[in-house]
Amino acid sequence: MTHVPAQAHQHFAEAATERRDFAAIARWIAPGSKVLDLGCGDGSLLGYLRDTLNVRGYGVEKEDANVLACVKNGINVIQMNLEEGLSGFEANSFDVVILSQTLQAVYQTEGIVLEMLRVGKEVIVTFPNFGYWKHRLNIAAGRMPVSKSLPYQWYDTPNVHMCTIRDFDVFCEGHGIQVKERLVMADGKEVDFMPNLLGNLAMYRFQTA
Amino acid sequence: MSDTHSVGIVAPQTAHFSEPLALKCGAVLPEYDLVYETYGTLNAEKSNAVLICHALSGTHHVAGKYREDDKYPGWWDNMIGPGKPLDTNRFFVIGVNNLGGCAGSTGPKTINPATGKPWGSGFPIVTVEDWVTSQARLADSLGIKQFAAIVGGSLGGMQALQWTLSYPDRVKNALVIAAAPNLTAQNMAFNEVARQAIITDPEFHDGDYYEHGVVPRRGLRIARMLGHITYLSDDAMGAKFGRKLKHGEVKYSFDVEFEMESYLRYQGDKFAGEFDANTYLRMTRALDYFDPAADFGGDLSAALKRAKADFLVVSFTSDWRFSPARSREIVKALLDNELAVTYAELEAAHGHDAFLMPDKHYHDVVRAYLENL
Repeated sequence: MTHVPAQAHQHFAEAATERRDFAAIARWIAPGSKVLDLGCGDGSLLGYLRDTLNVRGYGVEKEDANVLACVKNGINVIQMNLEEGLSGFEANSFDVVILSQTLQAVYQTEGIVLEMLRVGKEVIVTFPNFGYWKHRLNIAAGRMPVSKSLPYQWYDTPNVHMCTIRDFDVFCEGHGIQVKERLVMADGKEVDFMPNLLGNLAMYRFQTA
Repeated sequence: MSDTHSVGIVAPQTAHFSEPLALKCGAVLPEYDLVYETYGTLNAEKSNAVLICHALSGTHHVAGKYREDDKYPGWWDNMIGPGKPLDTNRFFVIGVNNLGGCAGSTGPKTINPATGKPWGSGFPIVTVEDWVTSQARLADSLGIKQFAAIVGGSLGGMQALQWTLSYPDRVKNALVIAAAPNLTAQNMAFNEVARQAIITDPEFHDGDYYEHGVVPRRGLRIARMLGHITYLSDDAMGAKFGRKLKHGEVKYSFDVEFEMESYLRYQGDKFAGEFDANTYLRMTRALDYFDPAADFGGDLSAALKRAKADFLVVSFTSDWRFSPARSREIVKALLDNELAVTYAELEAAHGHDAFLMPDKHYHDVVRAYLENL
């Protein structure tokens, strides 16, 4: 195996304290699983999962700077554009395929979710919940929401397909997707009561029904 | 030399092998020489060796200069040296001229001890597999059981890949750059035109031109001109030459009118003056024949099942002779076998030649990968 530099391990641990969904994702993954992380950034999630769960896996990333960061972090990364599909990956070749806070930024949303279902036995998707009450208040006040979970202005946002938790539930129902678990969070804490209103981060674990 | 990142003044060495080498084509080379260069220091465990495999026209002279006033250093000097992406402060780097070459290793222009004459047409057709076998013998002679990495671009990348199949336990990492799992029909077609240019040159003499005191210079020149067109992208040629005129106005002649023609003729002449036509024929054939999936019904994933190495695969967006799609086939087969692989598809304007260019991001990726070994 490629040697992973000591500072990379520290970086993964720090990223996990910053990104509260990492630990929640980890709870859904069995140790030693084979994982594909789409839009893997600098490889922090994969690195964290490797360090904590001994997973094997690959990241997929489009941006040069992120690919370089992955190489530095000792993460196996495949440089490609998700929007073109996952034809480089065999059906059912991964235990888990993850799309972490990237769903809202892709154009071929439907196609990518279906590709994830093809390649992975299980899929984990996380996204910012547009139905969060603060976002609703912003809209009611006549402005697009800008917050910690949606840190962009309407004119410079990479997010092109915002949805609410209810929207995604309907999407799953309409696409033969069996949701195995759903977890909604607000500022790192789990939200059980009125999640579509009180949660700003949605996490789904699902498979083909 | 002011370049503190250069390996400095280097000298080639020659290793003689008296054990016969059975080639894939069925012929046996009774004995042969391999000429090679090394940079850096082999550590006590002999675990820091890196082999550089050369492409069509490359040699063992990969880095440094032979004399202070050499006009050019080795062909991959921008990649290899102290503090460079392939850091000779850490790694012991070996460059070797392949069998059938014309830079010192046994090849068509070498004297065949059996006849006392140059091998010429009698020199057998060598393959990528044969080169890898001979390179392994060189490694044996240097006491190297396993390479930290084997690195190659283009035809060199094919050798790096073949190493992981021929000797899975002797390669920890393979850097397969601007390569392909085999050549497409179009790609082989270019090779065929190049060979026909050489073979139909009246001075080719069926490959035994040495004894006639001539060389098929015209054929080799045209072969190289054709090659150069395919190594550059349309954009790169456009940027470099466009429709620029040599004399500022057209002359209505067949002399050099456009700058591009001047470039191609210069490259062709230069190459024809220093390279051996018989070697060119064999190098292009080695390219044509390389197809590790062939024995597996075309299933590359099945072919790569033997591999154990970790891989860095690199391609360049404007490379149409060894396009990113071909590298992706290699990556797919590696993924199917759950091997450790990183794939970088780099934006580059230079076409196939990009693998030799000192692009910062490209070098950063290679450096970062090697730093983690």
